Amino acid sequence: MSILAVMEQRGGVWNRMSFETLAAAQQLAKDLNTTASAALLGDDVTALAADLQLKQLDKVYAVEHALLKDYTPDAYTIALRQLIEQAKPSLVVFPHSYQVRDFLPKLATSLGKVAVSDVIAHRVENGQVVLVRQLFQGKISADVRFAGDAPHFASLQAGAYRADQIVEGSAPVEKFTPRIEASDIRTKPLELFRESQRAVDLSAASIIVSVGRGIKEADNIPLVQKLADALGGELAASRPICDAGWLPMERQVGSSGQTVAPKMYMAIGISGAIQHLVGMKGSRIVVAINKDANAPIFEVADYGIVGDLFQIVPELIEAVKKAK
Amino acid sequence: MKIIVAIKQVPARDSQLRIAASGKWIEESDVAYEINEPDAYALEAALQLKEKNGGEVIALCAAPERASQTIREALAKGADRALHIDEDMRAFDPLAAARLLAAAIKAESPDLVLTGLQSDDLGYGQTGVILAELLGLPHATLIMQVEIQGAGIRVKRELEDGWFQHVEMPLPALLTIQSGISKLRYATLMGIKKAKTKEVKRFSAADLGAAAGAPGITLDRVYLPERVKHTQLFEGTPKEAAAKLVEKLKFEARVL
Repeated sequence: MSILAVMEQRGGVWNRMSFETLAAAQQLAKDLNTTASAALLGDDVTALAADLQLKQLDKVYAVEHALLKDYTPDAYTIALRQLIEQAKPSLVVFPHSYQVRDFLPKLATSLGKVAVSDVIAHRVENGQVVLVRQLFQGKISADVRFAGDAPHFASLQAGAYRADQIVEGSAPVEKFTPRIEASDIRTKPLELFRESQRAVDLSAASIIVSVGRGIKEADNIPLVQKLADALGGELAASRPICDAGWLPMERQVGSSGQTVAPKMYMAIGISGAIQHLVGMKGSRIVVAINKDANAPIFEVADYGIVGDLFQIVPELIEAVKKAK
Repeated sequence: MKIIVAIKQVPARDSQLRIAASGKWIEESDVAYEINEPDAYALEAALQLKEKNGGEVIALCAAPERASQTIREALAKGADRALHIDEDMRAFDPLAAARLLAAAIKAESPDLVLTGLQSDDLGYGQTGVILAELLGLPHATLIMQVEIQGAGIRVKRELEDGWFQHVEMPLPALLTIQSGISKLRYATLMGIKKAKTKEVKRFSAADLGAAAGAPGITLDRVYLPERVKHTQLFEGTPKEAAAKLVEKLKFEARVL
């Protein structure tokens, strides 16, 4: 029994979520009385592997192959399958990144397994791991267990574990060279690109007022803009608002938009789907205004009002003006 | 071009959810069902591809009888026909469910299989990618755009932090479609009328030679989330609640 953390890098730069995964692997290893190792994939990962040499790990697997230079689900699946067959971990953990979502179900399926995706916490009961994840956009939680033999697979939600809890130590780096043929790879990845320069840097704002589906119509957005103006804050939105074109994409907060951590984040008519929460849960004070008392946004809110935003926001604007 | 779109039927987005007495699922008698919103975008992408390139769109759904309504809606929006695996899916884990879908898809030999990026109920976000592996198809996820390019396709994939990437692949292939990439169409009156005459082929899991089998993962218990933070809620009229909130923001949180 042992834990393997699969780290993520792109072009020699870490995905920071990898270190949360590493911290989780160490905690799982401690809770299960076993050891943790880490793996990273690429064409040459020498420099990145060195970052892991001073962590408390059994081994660091540097999985290197020219065909792992650019991510493809085929090459990653083949390489990790071979590594798992050799290293025989009982539990393999990943960051729940866009890349992992792209290949983890394929990897697990190729081994006849089912991965537990988007895990927010774990505990150990009678030597068995119980994983906690969210259902119905965060409205319900669930305990999930693995059935059947190892290896087991899980991906971990951004922010669920803390990278600053990684235990230092020392770890030997071991090279692993998978057997991959160019003909195994069926998709051809092209260059990465960005569509527009960001004119609005929400990460610098100290107050953000953010609007979600509860606003109902584009014509109602100015109401929330007025509140943002009264507070001297920036206006932001959850994804559905930007998808609908009611606000530009550059004002989107969440996993596919910007990550923010202002002094105050006010969520107006935002239910708080996981994809949104990961973009704002680092905020110092979170205020939620929502008609649904069970909306997941209230799980991260310090202050809240349950009610109709169309009645509350105008009063709030008045009250803010008076207080300033 | 023959396109199969896998659609799921899930509790409506604004449902008030209650935990069932078993503690293992929600109380289903309470809720209305609708198409999983991400799958509605996959259907939209399929219909647009058909309009541009010709061919056929087939909706595929595994769910009990109640899914008939969702399937009719897909047909009314423009799917040409449907495959309904009439089965209570609760005993199927994501791999077993995908095996069932794969059996139905294989018999059709489509050029393209589309799914939404995840379901709004279980939210595993895995069905599409598992299907690709079971069907032996190349795949890509979180797709914003699909172009036919010779014998293959070129897709635009969304990455984190506002990055995108184009990926090329041969057909047949599987794509999971990003939500919100285009406006969803409404069914027209003509569409609704036509839907009544369109073919819905029904199967059971047994017809497809698949069964739930031993699960790889089990859902032990569902419950309302434990609050991470203690939220101070302000009550009263909107005016009173707003005043109390602003007072706290000014004197306790000191953010004003």
